[in-house]
Amino acid sequence: MQVLQQVQFLLQITHSRSIIRRYFVVNGFDGALTILGMITGFQVSGESNIHVIISACFGAAVALTVSGLTSAYMSEAAEKQKDLSELQEAMVADLSDTNHARAAKIVPFLVAAVNGFAPFLFSLLILTPLWLAKANLLVSVNPLVAAILVALMLIFLLGVFLGRVSGAFWLWSGVRTLIVAVLTMLVIMACSV
Amino acid sequence: MIQVKRLVLDILKPHQPNALDFARAIAAQGADYRVHLTVQEVDEKTESIQLVIEGNDIQFEAVAETISSHGASLHSIDEVEVCSHSHPGSGE
Repeated sequence: MQVLQQVQFLLQITHSRSIIRRYFVVNGFDGALTILGMITGFQVSGESNIHVIISACFGAAVALTVSGLTSAYMSEAAEKQKDLSELQEAMVADLSDTNHARAAKIVPFLVAAVNGFAPFLFSLLILTPLWLAKANLLVSVNPLVAAILVALMLIFLLGVFLGRVSGAFWLWSGVRTLIVAVLTMLVIMACSV
Repeated sequence: MIQVKRLVLDILKPHQPNALDFARAIAAQGADYRVHLTVQEVDEKTESIQLVIEGNDIQFEAVAETISSHGASLHSIDEVEVCSHSHPGSGE
């Protein structure tokens, strides 16, 4: 409990809550849309080998995760170090043994973790029907169609979450992100014809 | 035995943690601390505050440690109120 409070405190003094929320939505959306695009492509192309589809999508999910982890860590670490240096100048003091220095070290890891694992989480959820089909637990439904439906539902929920954050009407916000996903699918289908 | 009852401190602190969290952190250092914080001047990245702490036995070292761990600098001790208490039977 104390660790959680300390983390919340460090996020507060660095104003990082909104950054984390933004990264979660942006990269989560990235992950969901990427896997949706791949699965749509497999569906359109008539690929039916579930092992190939899972491997390709899982590979993309891992790549998105590593990319999210490293890019967010490097950019956030640089930003937080800059903020700390500026604060030290303003305070005319060495802040290396303060909560601000701890925040400059720890917060980039937290931001990177959210940025990296958000697309991974969304990708895993979208791939769940494919794994179920591979384990013969999903027999009456086309696993690709089920995965596409899961992806559309997650993208809609991300929109709802954004709507709640901004105070906008949640349904319109959800539908808006859903429209983006459907347009992406239509473009992929058009290109595959 | 000397007990510190009241301190008035002049402090320069970053904007974060804010005045409420900063005062809470100081108050948490004692069971009966009463903290009064006044923001006196606000700059781009820092603010000067006056901190009045009242308690039965203020532990200055713990207060100073909390101030520095929150990135703030103690500029001066502007007022002090201390009391001496003789131990029963010590003859002081």
